[in-house]
Amino acid sequence: MAIDSRVVARVAHLARLQVDDGESEALSERLNDILGMVDQLQQADVGEVEPLAHPLEVSQPLRDDQVDEPDVRDKVLPLAPASEDGCFLVPRVIE
Amino acid sequence: MHDKTLTELKAGLQAKDFSARELTEHFLDRIEARDGELNSFITVTREQALRQADAADQAIAAGDHRLLTGLPIAHKDIFCTEGVRTSCGSRMLDNFVAPYTATVVENMAREGAIMLGKTNMDEFAMGSSNETSFYGPVRNPWDTERVPGGSSGGAAACLAARLAPGATGTDTGGSIRQPAALNGVTGLKPTYGRVSRWGMIAFASSLDQAGPLGLSAADCALMLQAMAGHDAKDSTCLNEPVDDYLGGLDQSLDGLRIGVPEEFFPDNLDGAIADNAREALRELEKQGAKLIKVSLPSIKLSVPAYYVIAPAEASSNLSRFDGVRFGYRCDDPKDLEDLYKRSRSEGFGAEVKRRILVGTYALSAGYYDAYYKRAQKVRRLIRDDFARAFKDVDVLMGPTSPETAFKLGAKADDPVNMYMADVFTIAVNLAGLPALSMPSGFIDGLPAGTQVIGNYFQEGRVLNVAHRYQLATDWHLRIPGAFQ
Repeated sequence: MAIDSRVVARVAHLARLQVDDGESEALSERLNDILGMVDQLQQADVGEVEPLAHPLEVSQPLRDDQVDEPDVRDKVLPLAPASEDGCFLVPRVIE
Repeated sequence: MHDKTLTELKAGLQAKDFSARELTEHFLDRIEARDGELNSFITVTREQALRQADAADQAIAAGDHRLLTGLPIAHKDIFCTEGVRTSCGSRMLDNFVAPYTATVVENMAREGAIMLGKTNMDEFAMGSSNETSFYGPVRNPWDTERVPGGSSGGAAACLAARLAPGATGTDTGGSIRQPAALNGVTGLKPTYGRVSRWGMIAFASSLDQAGPLGLSAADCALMLQAMAGHDAKDSTCLNEPVDDYLGGLDQSLDGLRIGVPEEFFPDNLDGAIADNAREALRELEKQGAKLIKVSLPSIKLSVPAYYVIAPAEASSNLSRFDGVRFGYRCDDPKDLEDLYKRSRSEGFGAEVKRRILVGTYALSAGYYDAYYKRAQKVRRLIRDDFARAFKDVDVLMGPTSPETAFKLGAKADDPVNMYMADVFTIAVNLAGLPALSMPSGFIDGLPAGTQVIGNYFQEGRVLNVAHRYQLATDWHLRIPGAFQ
């Protein structure tokens, strides 16, 4: 199934990426190359096979439900591109 | 000192032939003098390394010898290191100074290792040539017009050039083994869950695994001994006892059953690559191993399955880079959506964006069953193929890479061709098995590698096979002419 500029625009929006008109066509071609290769999967006879998400299929261990991480706000907030009064700062979202 | 293996350097430190400070300064000076030709480091942590070296010398004076006391190690720039920039090879994290340290780095430091710096890599570990790094490509010390492989290209190149005696890497589809093969060094991807992923920047979480790159299997055993083990901070890190990897190295190979999958020697494989791997098999046969033909019919679908599963997981993992909490933010965003979109588009490189788009597409409504679910079903078929083979054999072997190091730029605009560089390594990640690449000779002056795949938790066996091979050969000790 061919990817065109329209599909690229839709998927890019879902992924919150900006694709400029100038790069859209070349990008569609590359993505079609990749999906063309991936389409070999359609040959596989997978009828009743169960999907495998984790190679070892072990159960997830649970830890005790105890607070063990200290408050690290002073450590992580300085990493933010913009912050104020202990909060992350983004452009206004409510008029 | 730089022509010695980590194991030899450890003995030298214990015998007080040199101090940890002298050793560390020697490698730091070599990096300063020679890395301009290779670009294998993104950050060199000289002051911190010398502080750690002085502490190691004090420990040695006090008789406190741990696994890695005083040994300098280069960490891939995918591992978070508190107070040191952790870029993952991306503009997105060019300004990111990690607020905590990855378990792998901490485990090795606890055993006395010294960090020389952070090595270059493909952006977010997505690549097989180390050309997608924001910091520029790494060059192969055997021929600086050629790539070192990837994504742990900086790790493998700095080892081959003897700018560091040991290194860490990560392997999602071959990112330790393929660069190890292309640089003539030894690299091990452990069983999925053997080593903690905590603090290792995630690419595809069900495939990512950290491991050592070294000059020999014995060096990898030494590093893995320190890296491996349960970590409550990574729920996929398995709570299984860690074997004595060093203790098992010398075990005889008499009676070892080596499976040789016909799929690792396809008709279109370069004859020189096939001959090289067969020559390695003959050497092991001389030591008493038996070769058994096996077939893994589903692994021909491992590259397509991987290029659905890995991008799908990546598209989810990389959604955290939003320009809000850390990392790159675009200038003058006009609203929140513009901030997200432009920060991500300007912060990520072309290959990372392609994979995010492929993954998002494969997971989007209407395509999930045809792509993601189908790929996961094929993943089970691949795992079952390996399980069947391991009923009759102890290890599986074949070439690590279908080619030796290729020219810089040769595949840069042809992603599908680039993806085929990992055709022999990817299935191992889908199955979660341990596998190692060891140097097995040269083709036209360029290193070739042979892969040894083990059953789950058989890292010790895989290291043992490579160690016995290295006792009989000296490919792993060759040093590129320009870096003697």
